[in-house]
Amino acid sequence: MSPVEPMMTTEHARHLQHQMLRIRRFEERCVELYSAAKIRGFLHLYVGEEAVAVGVMEALAAQDAVVATYREHGHALARGVSAGSVMAEMFGKVEGCSRGRGGSMHLFDVATRFYGGNAIVAGGLPIAVGLALAAKMQGQPIVTACFFGEGAMAEGEFHESMNLSALWRLPVLWCCENNFYAMGTALARSESETNLAVKAASYEMPAWTVDGMDVVAVEAAATNAVDAIRNGGGPHFLELRTYRFRAHSMYDPERYRDKAEVERWKERDPITMLEARGLVDASTIAELEAAVSAEIDAAVAFAEAGSLERIEDLTRFVVSEVGAP
Amino acid sequence: MTPALAVPTAVVDLLVPAPLSAAAVADRAVPTALVVVARQPLVTSPLVRHLAEQHDIDLTRVAGTGTGGAITRHDVENASRLAGGPLHRTNRPTSPRARRLATQLGVDLARIEHGSGPKGSIIGADVLARPRPDSKTPRPLQEVFASDLSPGRDPLRSADAATARTANMRRRTAALMARSKREIPHYFLSTEIDMSEAIGWVRDTNATRFVTERLLAAALLLRAVVIAALEVPETNGHWVDDEFRPASGVHLGVAVSMRGGGLIAPCIADAHTRSLDELMSALRDVVGRVRTGRLRSGDLVDPTITVTNLGDQGATAVFGVIYPPQVALAGFGKIVERPWAEHGLLGVRPIVVATVSADHRASDGQSGSRFLNRIDTHLQAPEKL
Amino acid sequence: MKTTYREALRAGLRDALLRDERVFLMGEDVGAYGGCFAVSLGLFEEFGPERVRDTPLSESAFVGAGIGAAIGGMRPIVELMTVNFSLLALDQIVNNAATLLHMSGGQCHVPVVIRTTTGAGRQLAAQHSHSFEGWYAHIPGLRVLAPATLEDARGMLWTALQSPDPVMIFEHGALLGMDGELADDAGAVEIDHAAIRRSGTDVTLITYGGTLHKTLAAAEALAAEGVSAEVIDLRTLRPLDDATIMESVGRTHRAVIVDEGWRSGSVSAEISARIMEQAFYELDAPVGRVCTAEIPIPYAKQLEEAALPQVPAIMAAVHDVLGRMSTSVDGVPVLAETH
Repeated sequence: MSPVEPMMTTEHARHLQHQMLRIRRFEERCVELYSAAKIRGFLHLYVGEEAVAVGVMEALAAQDAVVATYREHGHALARGVSAGSVMAEMFGKVEGCSRGRGGSMHLFDVATRFYGGNAIVAGGLPIAVGLALAAKMQGQPIVTACFFGEGAMAEGEFHESMNLSALWRLPVLWCCENNFYAMGTALARSESETNLAVKAASYEMPAWTVDGMDVVAVEAAATNAVDAIRNGGGPHFLELRTYRFRAHSMYDPERYRDKAEVERWKERDPITMLEARGLVDASTIAELEAAVSAEIDAAVAFAEAGSLERIEDLTRFVVSEVGAP
Repeated sequence: MTPALAVPTAVVDLLVPAPLSAAAVADRAVPTALVVVARQPLVTSPLVRHLAEQHDIDLTRVAGTGTGGAITRHDVENASRLAGGPLHRTNRPTSPRARRLATQLGVDLARIEHGSGPKGSIIGADVLARPRPDSKTPRPLQEVFASDLSPGRDPLRSADAATARTANMRRRTAALMARSKREIPHYFLSTEIDMSEAIGWVRDTNATRFVTERLLAAALLLRAVVIAALEVPETNGHWVDDEFRPASGVHLGVAVSMRGGGLIAPCIADAHTRSLDELMSALRDVVGRVRTGRLRSGDLVDPTITVTNLGDQGATAVFGVIYPPQVALAGFGKIVERPWAEHGLLGVRPIVVATVSADHRASDGQSGSRFLNRIDTHLQAPEKL
Repeated sequence: MKTTYREALRAGLRDALLRDERVFLMGEDVGAYGGCFAVSLGLFEEFGPERVRDTPLSESAFVGAGIGAAIGGMRPIVELMTVNFSLLALDQIVNNAATLLHMSGGQCHVPVVIRTTTGAGRQLAAQHSHSFEGWYAHIPGLRVLAPATLEDARGMLWTALQSPDPVMIFEHGALLGMDGELADDAGAVEIDHAAIRRSGTDVTLITYGGTLHKTLAAAEALAAEGVSAEVIDLRTLRPLDDATIMESVGRTHRAVIVDEGWRSGSVSAEISARIMEQAFYELDAPVGRVCTAEIPIPYAKQLEEAALPQVPAIMAAVHDVLGRMSTSVDGVPVLAETH
């Protein structure tokens, strides 16, 4: 079963290309800044997987909620968290979207209902259940999209959350980003059932496998699912098959996979695949590249100019301050 | 017993610099320095207490030189050394509160025979049940100023009280000095002493020493007085009940002026048992404590003879007033260069005028002269001091 | 009115469900069954399955769901059947509930209340009897409450629900049947301060939760010996009310801490350290402690009783800090840890 693709306009293709380029170029700049020691800690790159975040976010509305993983720069940018505040967060600045308290793995922006970068594998799934439960109890047509890697499917919290969401028919879109490696452990080495949609389907919820390198396919699948969820269809599951072109993190020597395998997947780069559809011409791409470059320059400048939290404020935000809701 | 207070005449500073750390707080501490005598440090670490127990040092008698007046390990070791080492060990467990109260109230924990806490430990109630201050050990100053010593009041808190105390102190000094002049038939002698040898020796000695271990000429003067006092016993002791009671050892009073006004003559006890270096160290300590207002009760035992040293800011000679019931007071003016004839030759030498004010009831001019001559002799052989 | 600790808890739940439509109760068998310990009995019938919500046996998921629902604007009360089961949700409590506010730079408030039953004394053996509230009290970002009286059982919940941050309430299983008088108009109580449950002058006994009543009994027995013991009920284990503790120790100069947790790395250890830090020069004796023996709680009645802090051990610890000979009571061996 495959969802029907919507009619693709030139304007929309340009938009998708723009979003993917933003993420790609942003992270490439992050690597440079990491080498320059402007960014520290763990830095997990999304390069190669951009179509997943971009395609799913296209299907969501402003009131919807998002829960992501620690590889979430792309999700934050696609969701509308500004490049400047994401970059400033990675610089550890007060102007960062989490005031420099979270870093790369913990981007938060309540204004866009972006509830984090969660760095415990499967740790965000129960939170998504709760966000969806709140929406359902409040009678609001809100969908919660929850991203996680295929590695999370071996965790107990995955099964608990699938069961609970299906049992209570909660409005959650489960987005499994299957990049075939849980850090360095290949899917077949960690799952007895490698057809992940089948696993999810056992919880009595609609589950589709999607080409996660094709942004158009992802958007189509997500749109169909979100519509169904919003109409009371309960949770839906998407297995989005994708591939991480770069190492797991900046510390990963990649001993666990062939270079040839990486090269084969790079032939299915989501950005070139969209270009290949011929909807966006070369001059438009050049324009987009220039705009993206300018946006990232501005983001870096914003982060550079940002201020450091005062040490006197170290213990803030452990408990809520006066006036909190 | 009468208090040992300073002469109101020309007695000023010693040639002793205050320790660096003490200097910083000196100005603030000065106006109430006398009162602070009873204001013992409150802060002591368990390690230091343990050390004090090992050495049988009563912490109420130790002035702290650490942060916030804390008694440091060095303070205890110093006190132990000055006290001649451990006398006996008690190792009686004592609660932190009991120690704090004992320190605040000036109670000697060693005199509490039974502790009522766990394992026979001394607890706060045992200290509170103890009369204070200990009546067996006379502490003249504390008696005189008993009204300033009531617990629970921080004497540093009130500027008015400090002013009143300064005035009070001046009245008491006046009474004491008037009594001295009324009762003691003073006689005065002086002699000029060539300080070339002494100063040269100090210079040579200091050349090989670490800064903190260096000597001052003042220490040589004190050491010379101590030995001379032993050699001329009629200058060393007390006139009590119409008779002279010579002292077996020398408790040396040292007149120290306090910045901002006032005089005090704390005592270097058992000065005759101290080497030159130890005397220097004791002098440094006691002056430092005067300047920081941290005198301890040991500083206030009755001296047997007192020295006043004008230092290089003073006049060339001082004829002081004897502190009753002592019978002599040695004085030194500032060291000045003077033409000096010796063996028919004239030269320029550093000279100090040494004086003695003595009680004619206890001695006569011959004794006084001998006293000054012995001082001179010793200062010509500083290496033997 | 005459009531029990269990009924007081239920009254607190019912009051919260009535007063705030954002409040709902969620947990294992809280609904149709009426609550594992009958705390929520009748609420399912009164408020329906949406607001008194039975969950599958998925501690991590439903605690996480409580966190998510709190972020989403609800005021969930999540019940974990026992504190031992809370360990299955430790990831959600520690990695999410306690950290989200800080990790998000102050954006993401988590107003969830997590209730659980704690403690031993009912022969439920090693997987239903432990006291892990001290662990949770270790975690910045959590507030940890331990109601020991009918008033607190009735009134702490509502105040906890007003907190913008996660609150854990540890209800002692052995107190559920405790009865007594509760004012008809009993309602919310403050949760910021410890309470002095008995005034005294000779020694301060510091405790909370299930051991409060044993400690009060010990204080009563000590009074017969002429020892005046003050008893502090901590009520809130995080943040600790240092001021009340130090003020009391400053008067009595002796402290004994009674804690049903194990001694090593416990709340009692923390309090003892704070007394040393803040009131060392007020002490007339080393701080005493009466804690549970360092074993998994055994089933057999005599073993369980011997493992837990009991009145004779509390009295013995007081005798120790007072420097008196300890008297054995009825020849009962005192095996609980008293140091």
